[in-house]
Amino acid sequence: MSILIDNFDLFANGLLGTIRLCLLAAVGSLLLGGLIAAFRVSPLPPLRALGTGYVTVFRNMPLTVVMFLSAFGLPPLGVNEASFLNVPGLNFLIPQLGNNAFFRFALIAIVLYTSAFVCEALRAGINAVPTGQAEAARSLGLTFTQNLRNVVLPQAWKFAVVPIGSVIIAMIKNSAIAGSFGVAGDLMYTSDVLVSQEGLPLLPVFLGLSGGYLLLTIPLGLFLDAVERRRAATIR
Amino acid sequence: MSNNVLYDAPGPRTRRNTLIASLLAGVLIIVGLYFFVFRPLQDHGQLSMQLWGPIIDPGNEYFSPLWDRMRDGWTATFKAAILALLASFIVGTGLAMLRAQLRANKGRRYDDRPRLLSAASYYGSMGASGISRVWVEFFRGLPVVVTLFLVGKIADNYLQWDPLWTVIVGLTLYNGVVIGEILRSGMAGLPTGQREAASAVGLSAGQSIRLVQLPQAFRIMLPALISQAVVIFKDTSLGGLIVGYEEALRVGRGIVEVLNNSLPMYLTVGIMYMAVCYALSKLAEYFQRRTRRSGLVAVAPAAAVSALELSIEASGEPIKEADIPAQARAPR
Repeated sequence: MSILIDNFDLFANGLLGTIRLCLLAAVGSLLLGGLIAAFRVSPLPPLRALGTGYVTVFRNMPLTVVMFLSAFGLPPLGVNEASFLNVPGLNFLIPQLGNNAFFRFALIAIVLYTSAFVCEALRAGINAVPTGQAEAARSLGLTFTQNLRNVVLPQAWKFAVVPIGSVIIAMIKNSAIAGSFGVAGDLMYTSDVLVSQEGLPLLPVFLGLSGGYLLLTIPLGLFLDAVERRRAATIR
Repeated sequence: MSNNVLYDAPGPRTRRNTLIASLLAGVLIIVGLYFFVFRPLQDHGQLSMQLWGPIIDPGNEYFSPLWDRMRDGWTATFKAAILALLASFIVGTGLAMLRAQLRANKGRRYDDRPRLLSAASYYGSMGASGISRVWVEFFRGLPVVVTLFLVGKIADNYLQWDPLWTVIVGLTLYNGVVIGEILRSGMAGLPTGQREAASAVGLSAGQSIRLVQLPQAFRIMLPALISQAVVIFKDTSLGGLIVGYEEALRVGRGIVEVLNNSLPMYLTVGIMYMAVCYALSKLAEYFQRRTRRSGLVAVAPAAAVSALELSIEASGEPIKEADIPAQARAPR
């Protein structure tokens, strides 16, 4: 137990690293996933094909492979340090963006992978809106944009929010891959160093490690359950 | 996309506009792919035969040793995936039966037993219920990386067994719990009449679970179970990363160290993973359509079905219980 307390700041730092990675990855994959979802529901077949292709590729590859491709496949293409992610201003809030190339590669991999799942969640949400809703809106004379903004998207969001939440929880868990892969400075990496290099006993480190992840995943899961219950109550 | 929510059935003018816009978009995509994918590859020499030759040219001196190693790697991947899948199914089924049984025991008084034994049964079942709940929540919330790490370190220090066992145990700790939850929510989602009918014909709680509920849960949840198999298959790639199991990705990594062709090699491994997972997910879709058609699960609210589909496919996250009753409550 004392090991856990003595190294508390290390664990806290690692957890902070995980939270930072996950926050950035969540924002990134929601944006990219939204874009791909827009492609997938667009009326233009080529865009739909592009969206479908993207989802097929990234949903069926293990994140580990995506991470290898990002960290070892991008540098030969001239994306040496992925330093385009070193955004001024943002790197002040999240120092890893500025000083940790691997953090950036891991971020790219997680965003690419997760956005495929986010896209599917959004698309299923849109398809879950009963067709009659949009038909009614159109027969009232609403334009495409009005229809989208006032009728379809608000309902689609209700259907999609819980699946997206599950995707985010899975993403938090997946972010641990970054830590066991390289110097990502997250919770998994910190714990690995503590056990493998500093030779601390496994049990306390494991408690700190698992406690950190459970701290993130369980509350989010409970929150989603609550949202789901409310949604189920309002829909029927 | 004929009956899409977003668009009306197109008229002649819309069809024409769509065609023009499609052609434009198609050209744009091809140009974009050329400039942002092909050109960088070409300019940095990533398409050269020196890098790709060992993978695609049978005349290359590295071709056959490379694919020999790859075959060993994939054999190892499949071995780990199939064994982990079997183990997860056994653990998951056991866990689901245990939790359903404990749930059925809730509130039972055990008046048929001597006083001490009845108290022991009562509190024992309460305790077991709590422990299994904590167990499930604990391992469901952890990344597989963490369970693999834990088992790997224990194996290093005490067990010294083959890394294959580490991978199987590590994956089973997580996926067993997930499969257990899938089956449990499948049982919970059955119409209440099933359980009532079972007890009406005199089946005990255990018999009702074993003979009536579990078989139906397996059938309803088959798509979810296949999707979980995809997750297990993908997660075997962590075995090479964390505990040094010689599976396909790690073999690929070893090859990259010799031939220095990181992009082509990892792409090849990725495409092979993709092929297997894609086939499995098509299988899941097929079973999903069949289950839906068979009327075992009501088609009713499209919302619940697709939300379910998603929570199954998206993440391997167990289905939220609330989704199931929505489907199963109103069988038609």
